[in-house]
Amino acid sequence: MSNDVNYKLKPVQRWRRLAVLGLLGVGSLLVCGRAFHLQVVEREFLTKQGDKRQVRVVTLPGHRAAIRDRRGEPLALSAPVDSIWCVPSALLASPEHVAALAKVLKQTPRELTQFLDERATRQFVYIERGLPPDEARRVLALKAPGVFSTREYRRYYPAGEVAGQIVGFTDVDGRGQEGMEMSYDETLRGIAGSRRVIRDARGRIVEDTDDAVPAQPGADLALSMDLRLQYLAYRELKNSVLANRAKGGLVVVADARTGELLAVASQPGFNPNNVEDRKPGRMRNRAIVDSFEPGSTVKPLLVAQALEIGAFRPNSHIDTGAGWMQVGRLTVRDVHAQGDADIATLLAKSSNVAAAKIGMQIGAENVWQGFQRFGLGDRVASGFPGESAPLLRPYMQWGQIATATASYGYGLSVNALHLVRAYAALGNDGLMPHLRLTMDQPLQPPQRAVSAETARELRRMLELVAMRGGTASRAAIPGYRVAGKTGTVRKVAATGGYDTDRHQSVFIGMVPAENPRLIGLVMIDEPAAGDYYGGVVAAPVFSTVLQGALRLLQIAPDACSKDCPPDVPPAQLAMPSGVDVAEPRT
Amino acid sequence: MSPFHRSSNDDTRVRKLFDVLHIDPVLLCLLLAVCALGLTVLYSASGHSIAMVINQAERLLIGLVVMTAAAQAPPEIYRSAAPWFYGFALLLCALTLVLGDHAKGAQRWLDLGVLRFQPSELMKLAMPIMVAAFLHLFTLPPRWHAVVLTLMLIGLPTVVVMVQPDLGTSLLIVAAGGFALYLGGLRWQYIFGALAAIGAAAPILWARLHDYQRQRILTLFDPESDPLGTGYHIAQSKIAIGSGGVFGKGWLEGTQAKLDFLPESHTDFIFAVFAEELGLIGICVLLTLYLAIVGRGLYIAARAQDSFQRLLAGSLAMTFFVYVFINMGMVIGLLPVVGVPLPLMSYGGTSMVSLLAGFGLLMSIHTHRKLLAS
Repeated sequence: MSNDVNYKLKPVQRWRRLAVLGLLGVGSLLVCGRAFHLQVVEREFLTKQGDKRQVRVVTLPGHRAAIRDRRGEPLALSAPVDSIWCVPSALLASPEHVAALAKVLKQTPRELTQFLDERATRQFVYIERGLPPDEARRVLALKAPGVFSTREYRRYYPAGEVAGQIVGFTDVDGRGQEGMEMSYDETLRGIAGSRRVIRDARGRIVEDTDDAVPAQPGADLALSMDLRLQYLAYRELKNSVLANRAKGGLVVVADARTGELLAVASQPGFNPNNVEDRKPGRMRNRAIVDSFEPGSTVKPLLVAQALEIGAFRPNSHIDTGAGWMQVGRLTVRDVHAQGDADIATLLAKSSNVAAAKIGMQIGAENVWQGFQRFGLGDRVASGFPGESAPLLRPYMQWGQIATATASYGYGLSVNALHLVRAYAALGNDGLMPHLRLTMDQPLQPPQRAVSAETARELRRMLELVAMRGGTASRAAIPGYRVAGKTGTVRKVAATGGYDTDRHQSVFIGMVPAENPRLIGLVMIDEPAAGDYYGGVVAAPVFSTVLQGALRLLQIAPDACSKDCPPDVPPAQLAMPSGVDVAEPRT
Repeated sequence: MSPFHRSSNDDTRVRKLFDVLHIDPVLLCLLLAVCALGLTVLYSASGHSIAMVINQAERLLIGLVVMTAAAQAPPEIYRSAAPWFYGFALLLCALTLVLGDHAKGAQRWLDLGVLRFQPSELMKLAMPIMVAAFLHLFTLPPRWHAVVLTLMLIGLPTVVVMVQPDLGTSLLIVAAGGFALYLGGLRWQYIFGALAAIGAAAPILWARLHDYQRQRILTLFDPESDPLGTGYHIAQSKIAIGSGGVFGKGWLEGTQAKLDFLPESHTDFIFAVFAEELGLIGICVLLTLYLAIVGRGLYIAARAQDSFQRLLAGSLAMTFFVYVFINMGMVIGLLPVVGVPLPLMSYGGTSMVSLLAGFGLLMSIHTHRKLLAS
């Protein structure tokens, strides 16, 4: 090109230059002005908007308190665990991390990918909850994008199945779902704390601010249960249920004076540590939640009422004839005809005819009142969730037949604790204690059910039951005098009426009979191995459990050695491991 | 020998060194100042990632090497190579449409095996060279047929880039060609005519825009209408800038951008981080530096010795300003969100290298002047 043209290059026109400079000026002014507007005029508003996005309040779960037995043995403990959660979209963006994560979590990458894909639009998805801290560390060490952990607490139940139904369990969020975990949820849970934190857009906590409210741990709960006795009751019950091929069963041991429940075992059981075990039929604490017809076990209560109102005296005789009697359409039968005998003998032989005759003689109102005295019409108020209410219809609705059947324990239903409480009144010289499951429940003064004389008289009569010739000689405990009563209750049939082949075998008793310290109740539901009488099926369990309990609690024998049946060998008793035999902290 | 003598000797020696290297020290200092600021802010915006800073510094070094290399060739070479260069860039842009990599829904990248880059960046350089070289053929101001041909030269690559779709870059390409044409002495009548034509064509253009592009423009006028979607960028970026205040929160003290509330905080939206941490004062300093660079470019244009050099230098300088203005305007909420990085500051390689190559052209123009006066 010709260079000389270029040398004569004219300067750019002035207005053109000015337009360029004007463009620069206007552009710069626009930017500066806008910046001024944002950073000076709207600064406060925008800063607040920014804080809204960053500052969050995080709640901190309180450390859930432990549940212990009366001696301090742990029944439920919370251990810190980490839950892994993620922002699915962030994690899915990195398939190699998904694969690595799946490997650590023992899933296939495809499963995990599909799981995340289905939740891709969410901002918070748990991948794995309740990992032990070291496993959680391995997950976090992968540094997968959008994967975080949250500190939680996991509940462990050291006693497992032994105390499962009483203690209950918590759900994955640490809320009590069953048993004492549920009843005392608020006490155990403590108070959640909070802290204000700066978070980034992905939810990560970047820094803490100063104003944090620390979480307050819950208060430990001490149950009245003695784990040693509970273990004993659990073991013997389970053995018996298996041996008798029974549907289930229950054992309750209570302190006769204070009403504290020392052992409440129920089968079939479940292990609260195992989520798969948590099925309704197995979680149910039959001793408290289930009602049944008490059968013969109410006969002592009826007799106590008859003595109390003066209708009978301890040495009164009743003629039971040929072992049967007719009340309207109803035929009352005894297993063996007892003829004419005194009340104690008839009680020991559990005569239905005698019970019906007493009931008919004192009348419906008095029978009803007798049951009321012993609390069969009132709730136990143990504080356990789902405790069943008793069913005792008003006597005005009773006819002749109902009065007769009620006298030997049909037509009303109670739970095991009702019977334990009623027998505690007999054992406690007529003073009926309030039953307690925990040590912190206030001790209420016992109610008088019957006079001390009547209670003692009944104990004397009931001792015959566990002696040779009584219905439950197998309930005997060497060195101790046992007072108790059997019950063999026919179960209501699905078609109405009563089945002849489905029974509940019951034994309830107290030791030492002279001055009872312990009340024990054993019920085996539908034994199917042949025997079904309470004295054969339930009484041996009572004997073994209470014998161990007496020894563990160091309760002095009340029978002199020459009275001891020499043919009964001392039962071999294995202690639960790690349990020392020491003075209980009662 | 007095120290003064020696220093003046040194001074001339240094100047000679720059002349030999064909480097303009003033422009170099300004560029390095902006780049230094950029790396500093990048450290904060990337969440204290020293690796990213090193990465960007490497690209800066490559850019400086390319700039120095570009400055060695006299402007005449660029003028004669202009058609080839332009044709090559246009070919690559067209190839991108066919073979390009998809990145965030747009075909902008070309993967050459060893190198992955955006051919549209190449076009940003080729455009002003081509238009300047073309107008150099005519006596200025150009007649109408020259103007029409120039507009075709500008229009073809613009359309190709626009359908990629890359609105931001196509705007810059139009700006580059347009400024060259304007400085070439385009008549007022034509300018007003063109503006009127654009006004008339606006509704048609609007209809041709992609949905997301339209949404971005609408969002500009009412960012709060869609705070989780398109408005999110603008709302977050305004919060970041606004919370900085006059003096800023201080380097590394910014929260909005660092806490990931602001997407793309180290690339297109790095200006928001800068504004949050260094405040209004920082913005003024940065803007001054940018204006100084533009000013130096215009000074070089004013002292250029032929129309090709002048048009090229002026176009490069003004395009640089448009570049800055579009990014700042977008971050600050004046313009719709188009993907234009902040020159010399945003994280990213291609734009850094192509920008510095452009400044290499400016230096070539400035340092290859024939000394007439002396």
